[in-house]
Amino acid sequence: MSEPPGAVTLAEAPPADPPPPRKLTAQRVQPLRRPGRWIATVVVLVLAAQFVHGLVTNPFYQWDRFGYWFLRPTILDGLLITLEVTAWSAVLGLLGGILLALARLSRSPVLRAASWTYVWALRSIPLIVVLLFLYNFSALYKTLSVGVPFGPAFLTFDESRLATDMAIAVIGLSLNEAAYAAEVVRGGILSVDQGQHEAASALGLPKGYQFRRIVFPLALRSITPNYVNQLIGLIKSTSLVFYVSLLDLFGTAQSMGSTYPGDIVPLLLVVTVWYLILTSLVSVVQFYVERYFARGATRSLPPTPLQKLRTGLRDLRERARREAAV
Amino acid sequence: MSAETAQTVVTTKAAGPVGPAEAPPAAVEVHGVHKWYGGHRVLDGVDLTVRPGEVTAVLGPSGSGKSTLLRVINHLEKPEIGYVSVNGEPIGVRRHGDRLRELSERAILAQRSRIGFVFQNFNLFPHLTVLDNVAAAPVATGRLSRPAARELAHELLDRVGLADKATAYPRQLSGGQQQRVAIARALALRPGVILFDEPTSALDPELVGEVLAVIRNLATSGTTLVIVTHEVGFAREVADRVVFIDGGRIVEQGPPAEVLDNPRHERTRDFLSKVL
Ligand SMILES: Nc1ncnc2c1ncn2[C@@H]1O[C@H](COP(=O)(O)OP(=O)(O)O)[C@@H](O)[C@H]1O
Ligand SMILES: [Mg+2]
Repeated sequence: MSEPPGAVTLAEAPPADPPPPRKLTAQRVQPLRRPGRWIATVVVLVLAAQFVHGLVTNPFYQWDRFGYWFLRPTILDGLLITLEVTAWSAVLGLLGGILLALARLSRSPVLRAASWTYVWALRSIPLIVVLLFLYNFSALYKTLSVGVPFGPAFLTFDESRLATDMAIAVIGLSLNEAAYAAEVVRGGILSVDQGQHEAASALGLPKGYQFRRIVFPLALRSITPNYVNQLIGLIKSTSLVFYVSLLDLFGTAQSMGSTYPGDIVPLLLVVTVWYLILTSLVSVVQFYVERYFARGATRSLPPTPLQKLRTGLRDLRERARREAAV
Repeated sequence: MSAETAQTVVTTKAAGPVGPAEAPPAAVEVHGVHKWYGGHRVLDGVDLTVRPGEVTAVLGPSGSGKSTLLRVINHLEKPEIGYVSVNGEPIGVRRHGDRLRELSERAILAQRSRIGFVFQNFNLFPHLTVLDNVAAAPVATGRLSRPAARELAHELLDRVGLADKATAYPRQLSGGQQQRVAIARALALRPGVILFDEPTSALDPELVGEVLAVIRNLATSGTTLVIVTHEVGFAREVADRVVFIDGGRIVEQGPPAEVLDNPRHERTRDFLSKVL
């Protein structure tokens, strides 16, 4: 590396007859050298290359069988079930979580206690236990009806086994999800500046409007990352619905694996790759949702990856040009 | 400008003291208000009358209860004893025989929408544009349609000199600009009285002037204002009356020329010698 003229040199000062110190005005600051970063980069790259090489060449993984299974209709049917269960539970769980959080933050001691107890119970009971309870419960009663106790039923569902299994899975996951979502939503609401509540009250905005248009949108900024975390956990929790005889992605792979015992490893790989894809999609959506809710929170919006790439390239080019000019 | 202001002050004063029997009700009446936080007494029997169109400056040392008094007026804080009425209407309570009963939250919110409040820290809604900050309340309270509210918001932003900032977000503005938006937001509900809690205390010195100019403009246009401020010069210029509070009590009140230039109480003199 050649020193640009006039760069600040510290170590290489000649021992005798030091030249008069040059003026520091209008000089470009040399970026700090980071040798550690280069070493770490090399180490990581070597390890990654080794890992990929092993993945590709090791016959243990049977990539040809992976290719065979990856887009099989049975697997895709299972994937669809996973998506359906996840989507329903994510939405119902969030709605339930919002209601529980509002109850917990309300002025009514009864609502507060009820919400606290629910969250306490559902966070304590393992999800699999909740699911099996519901499953046996439904087997016991055959028809599950929703209505006034001892009174008329508003809603009755039975019949189609798949619909029932699906309902059990969605109910179980939503009940569980709501308990966790409640805490996420409550944390988000508490993170909103007290001044915002005061300004909304001082303007006399109706309570519902205050929540929908002021407090909740501001809370979403901190709810989003936490709820996405929760959602990714949920995607994987759906693999438990296998135990209530619903064949989701994991369940399908499991049952195919017992039919074709030689293919267990490629089937697990198929499941892994699909879960990776789902999680990545969620992360991409998360980025844009967070960016949307960042409106106004910062002076300018965070750049999208594409914008980042573009400015990164431009910076590199400019730096190269500067170095060349020196 | 200041000559004109002085004139307004004189004419207002010429109206003379308004007795309770006379026709228009007081803009704000504070009746024997006591307020405690836990065991700590913050307001200790405050009585205050603000006539319509009057500009009242509230001065007092830090912690003397000035903010609490303003927050009691629009019922952000409930007084333990006493009550406040605005334009003759009790706030947060209604008379029931010889007792006071608490109003529903909904009714209190409706009352608050008739009282403007400007905070020291602006408290603009960061996720709404400047225009929506101003237009939100008239729409939410059902007073104006959305287009009418936006039109009004444009007018008000023009009035506070921020017509070109309608599409910006609050955090993209300077403190002085944010406070002017906050004033426009309060004006959008056409309140009978506007309360200012140290509107310039969070501002850099060079931004104080632009906010005071907007308030001065309101003062001369006949809006009823109650302003908690440490700007003694400004109080002298725009206020019809200065109220000095210490230890949760009104120590003295009167025209600026009396309270500021000729204080009768030791504590007022003390305070003024520190801030001037
Ligand atoms: N929420 C509260 N809880 C307890 N004490 C409070 C609270 N708010 C204000 N105080 C106390 O009440 C007194 C008056 O406060 P405040 O009205 O804000 O004074 P000022 O605005 O004149 O500076 C202060 O001593 C303050 O510490
Ligand atoms: Mg204060």
